[in-house]
Amino acid sequence: MTAAGTDLILRHPIERFTLDNGLRVVLAPDRSVPVVAVSVYYDVGMRNEPEGRTGFAHLFEHMMFQGSANVAKMEHARLVQAAGGTFNGSTHQDYTNYFEALPAEALERALFLEADRMAAPAITEENLRNQIDVVKEEIRVNVLNRPYGAFPWLQLPQVAFESFANTHDGYGSFVDLESSTVDDATDFFSRYYAPGNAVLCIGGDLDVAETEKLVRRWFGPVPAREVPSLPYTGEPSPTTVRSAVVEDALAPAPALAIGWRVPDPVGDFDTYLGSVLLAEVLSEGDASRLERRLVHDDRIAIAQSSYVGLFGDPFDVRDATLLTTQVHHPAAVPAERVMAAVHEEIGRIAEDGVDADELRRVQARVEAQLLQQADSVLGRTLAFAAAELVHGRAELAGELAARLAAVTPDAVRGAARGLDPGTAAVLELRPAGGAR
Amino acid sequence: MTTTQESPLIPPLGEPRPQPVPVVEETTLASGLRVVVVPRPGVPLVELRLRVPFAAASARNAGVHAARGAVLSGAMLLGTARHDQTGIAQLLQSHGAELAVSTDADRVLVGTTLLPGGLGPVLELLAELLTEAAYPARQVDGERDRLAERIAIARSQPGTIARSALAARRYGSHPYAIQLPDAELVAAVRAPALRRLHRERILPAGSTLVLVGDLDPRAAADTVAAALDDWTGSGTAVEAPPVTEQRSAGIELVDRPGAVQSNLRLGGPAPGRTEADIPAVRLAAMVYGGYFSSRLVENIRERRGYSYSPRSAIDHQRAASSFLVEADVATEVTGPALLETLYELGRMALTPVTEAELDAARRYILGSMALSTSTHAGLASTLTALLGAGLPADWLATHQRDLTAVTVEQVQAAAARYLAPEALTAVVVGDAGRVAAELATLAPVTVTGSGGQG
Repeated sequence: MTAAGTDLILRHPIERFTLDNGLRVVLAPDRSVPVVAVSVYYDVGMRNEPEGRTGFAHLFEHMMFQGSANVAKMEHARLVQAAGGTFNGSTHQDYTNYFEALPAEALERALFLEADRMAAPAITEENLRNQIDVVKEEIRVNVLNRPYGAFPWLQLPQVAFESFANTHDGYGSFVDLESSTVDDATDFFSRYYAPGNAVLCIGGDLDVAETEKLVRRWFGPVPAREVPSLPYTGEPSPTTVRSAVVEDALAPAPALAIGWRVPDPVGDFDTYLGSVLLAEVLSEGDASRLERRLVHDDRIAIAQSSYVGLFGDPFDVRDATLLTTQVHHPAAVPAERVMAAVHEEIGRIAEDGVDADELRRVQARVEAQLLQQADSVLGRTLAFAAAELVHGRAELAGELAARLAAVTPDAVRGAARGLDPGTAAVLELRPAGGAR
Repeated sequence: MTTTQESPLIPPLGEPRPQPVPVVEETTLASGLRVVVVPRPGVPLVELRLRVPFAAASARNAGVHAARGAVLSGAMLLGTARHDQTGIAQLLQSHGAELAVSTDADRVLVGTTLLPGGLGPVLELLAELLTEAAYPARQVDGERDRLAERIAIARSQPGTIARSALAARRYGSHPYAIQLPDAELVAAVRAPALRRLHRERILPAGSTLVLVGDLDPRAAADTVAAALDDWTGSGTAVEAPPVTEQRSAGIELVDRPGAVQSNLRLGGPAPGRTEADIPAVRLAAMVYGGYFSSRLVENIRERRGYSYSPRSAIDHQRAASSFLVEADVATEVTGPALLETLYELGRMALTPVTEAELDAARRYILGSMALSTSTHAGLASTLTALLGAGLPADWLATHQRDLTAVTVEQVQAAAARYLAPEALTAVVVGDAGRVAAELATLAPVTVTGSGGQG
């Protein structure tokens, strides 16, 4: 590491309080730029969907932009953007978030908008039908009409896991989406969008006392509702190899994804950090083990990457999750050859470990990346919110660089030992249909 | 435009706070390299961007130049006299850095983030790459072969097919017609050609180096001067030749049998960053389809559900700027979606926008400029683009004032000139068997080669 551990802790003060209706509030003031970020994280994601309602968490995310008690359709966007702000939302495995980044003078407006839809979104038949069409176009753009569309994030979990929560398509089947009703949406809202099931995190140019007053003004009146208990999404560790092949009619070249179960990202955090750094040792940049072996030395890959967490963020997921190694390789190279080389490189780390210099370089690189994320008010605010929701401690986001800097070569070696070739989930993508 | 009754509950906005204007320290080295340093508080990081103009000298060699440039960007990091590829990567990594080298029709861009303590060593390594990149033959061949595979993958993406077809249709024989290098020309690239290209074209005069972050500006400028002392070379880096765009009538339909979506693309000329009417055109493009609160999004996404993210934008290249419209729509609604897209363009050109629409678009542009330049990385990239376009760093401030002064009449005049359907060239990528007939009811259709599917 290039700095003493204590210097790696972001010195943003964190203030928190909880409203009577259960809403948890985190404030992270930083007055260097006149910009604020407002985010609401609901503790419901793709893993919470019931059978027959795949894709519903994401479809519901779209519904939250369709207006609310005091906001007409399209007005949410106009009110944020006409204030000079940007907005979006996203659905993940374990949460759904909504956020705005705005000039500081628009803070109260953003709080009003989030509170209004937390109290009463406009769930109408017309809006639901319209958004089902929009979501289908989103799936066509991102999955059906493009090569490697679902690879591997929608396909590998089906190989790697057992339970419906972990294996189903979180984007949703067209059949499930089309048969969704206003009653489904109303039930989903009343069950999962209770204030007590959410975290509100505000970062940037704000005065703590004034902001607390504004939060109480707008969110205080939202009635409390029962909060669902957190479902258990963990699974027993695999004891065998599982594999599958998918054909992609649009892809010009094959690809391979190998997933291994990693320690519990929340309950076993320090051990988990070893896996996070192992992924970096394997694939970050030209100095990494797999880039050198697969791309430069053996020349059996076009591109490779390894990451923890299906969406690439290792710190916003609960158990169970994977370290995934993804390789795009020429058609002339058999998948078995690529796989053997990957296992061999990981075996080498399991056997010999990594040396301290190598790990220190990787830690410096991770530190720079975390700082870069934290340089944006929005990036920082989202990281604090995710840490509060998933780990129960917003502060963790600011401590990550220091925690990662403290990971030892032994911990990385231990993580490599966990990536047993005998328990890997393997997904091969093969070009089909005569695509060029 | 639908009008809605705004709830009296909606909190009014406070007075806008002035955005801090970056303090820019600028020097020019004896070699001609322009060095711009912006000290910024905040996270302890530095962002580095080096822009070297790298346009094709003429249309005749543009294909070969694009192919060599593409290989060069990957091969520059393959080794020097002092470091091999792994050594380069390790040195950078130990300072939190990873150099990214990219080329397009205008420039080579070398960029990275780094921890502040690494400024000296990273600049020294950069100098080493600029003056003695080795282009080792065996590694160059490997890089070239991987690039060919990556190009094949890129060419299977419908968005890339559409972008390439539109550029080819608009720019004809100008180098800007080439969006992706030709695979055969890439396959012919050899190490000696890269060494020559590097020597002749990676030149300090005309290039800019931008550093933003946790820095003392004087000390940083001295460090740059000392490190890049040996980067010399006669001549000035090459900018792109002027463009005369020919508008093509009718729709080019690139056949992609079996496609479940059609990719609609419209493009035409727009004023450059230095031209007087650019603020009005930016605002017109914003009102039309530049953000979520735009007419195009309201119509074909929120009212009709035809498309997930229809959009329009102004895109600047050094020698030509563009107004672009993009929408990916379900195959079944291709004709109606293009109809609505054209209808909204015609409406922009022929009828005035409302004051409320103009004010919203203006505040949005100002707010998003403030957001994007509030990070080290965003400011470094923005400054690099501005300086590369020949603009001074204080353009950020003057452009804000110019935007504030734009009137409804100016937006309409700009839309009539640049957003009118008649000013735009159209390309659609989709299943010709299913969409050609209905598109032909809007304009003559020419079906061209397979888009690579099926």
